[in-house]
Amino acid sequence: MIDKTVASTSAAVADIADGATVMIGGFGTAGMPSELIDALIRHGARDLTIVNNNAGNGDIGLAALLKAKRVRKIICSFPRQTDSYVFDALYHAGEIELELVPQGNLAERIRAAGAGIGAFFTPTAYGTPLAEGKETRVINGRGYVLEYPIAADFALIKAEKGDRWGNLVYRKTARNFGPIMATAAKCAIAQVRSIVPLGELDPEVIVTPGIFVQRVVEIDVADQLSSPQAVA
Amino acid sequence: MKRYTRDQMAARVARDIPEGAYVNLGIGLPTMVANHLPKEREILLQSENGLLGMGPAPAAGAEDADLINAGKQPVTLLTGGAYFHHADSFAMMRGGHLDFCVLGAFQVSATGDLANWHTGAADAIPAVGGAMDLAIGAKRVFVMMDHQTKSAESKIVAQCSYPLTGVGCVNRIFTDLAVIDVTPQGLTVVEIVDGLGFDELAALTGVPLRRAAEARADKQKVV
Repeated sequence: MIDKTVASTSAAVADIADGATVMIGGFGTAGMPSELIDALIRHGARDLTIVNNNAGNGDIGLAALLKAKRVRKIICSFPRQTDSYVFDALYHAGEIELELVPQGNLAERIRAAGAGIGAFFTPTAYGTPLAEGKETRVINGRGYVLEYPIAADFALIKAEKGDRWGNLVYRKTARNFGPIMATAAKCAIAQVRSIVPLGELDPEVIVTPGIFVQRVVEIDVADQLSSPQAVA
Repeated sequence: MKRYTRDQMAARVARDIPEGAYVNLGIGLPTMVANHLPKEREILLQSENGLLGMGPAPAAGAEDADLINAGKQPVTLLTGGAYFHHADSFAMMRGGHLDFCVLGAFQVSATGDLANWHTGAADAIPAVGGAMDLAIGAKRVFVMMDHQTKSAESKIVAQCSYPLTGVGCVNRIFTDLAVIDVTPQGLTVVEIVDGLGFDELAALTGVPLRRAAEARADKQKVV
């Protein structure tokens, strides 16, 4: 019997090793798997490379992971925000490496890793500083930049519902990077609001088929409401 | 000198967005365009974080942390709207499916190069987000910006001194003084704020401008 459900967030992240590359879903805090990140902080893995659209908000979730000095490098599109002071301080102190990637290139590089694409030519960033040092080519009169996939050891994502086979549906704009990150990691871990019996998710609307997901952990709604994340 | 207000600029941009258009409004000033889109036109707003058919801000108390826009503010979804993941969202831009985007800018060059993501200052933390994808992806790129910097330098320049967002990507510039098209023959003035003459506008602009009438005459010669 296939059963990808895991009893706790701590168990779900227990084998994330020092030096791992970890994708973290979310756009700002929408879709950010805060409970899994908290478990990763408790677990203690360090020297991590993190892939996320941003670089943390306030003192919670990804920002808390950065604050705990567990991250060596971050790959993201938009680190600077009004409440990214944790990242800002680390960056100015030279304590974190930043690889800045245009958001669409970030998404496509993640998608490419999950889809087995070796590299691709994209028009985004052609002729800009973010293409410096990269191979370029003119195709049908238009300039393109060669970009390589971004794969990960683990992906931590947040979905609305999942089942024991790992099928997932999301909620509104909390979907964002979840589906593509699930495809690009050797081990995709989804925190869901509820685990439902097989067959309850309409097969016509399953967004992430279970083959892309290795672990599913249910986060109790009451837990979410009583956690510092929900208050902040 | 009379200048268009923010709202007048936004209304002017909105006038150029036709029925049926798919549009992405950048963070900041461009978001004001949404308030001026004519109600009788069905125009669909796309947000990079995965929604098409974005509606206005929700009523106080009805905010949903899972339903936000690119600026991470709470929004709503129109009836008939859709959610999708990030790779699909940027396929809409890069794949040429989006009819218009409206972006803010630090500088635009005479050939339509855009600089809007980074001042290049040594201590500035660079952040690009979706700006580069929008700049090269949308079928038509509108820029909305002040004509001059606070220190009265033209933001329309021969060559951008700030790091580029995209090369030759801007089609039309809406400033607080004028509406200007980027054409292969150079910058053509479409409209000027009431009370300002062409020569006065030209004196405030860092590169040569053409009158719309000249551009039309040239076009007729070519035909």
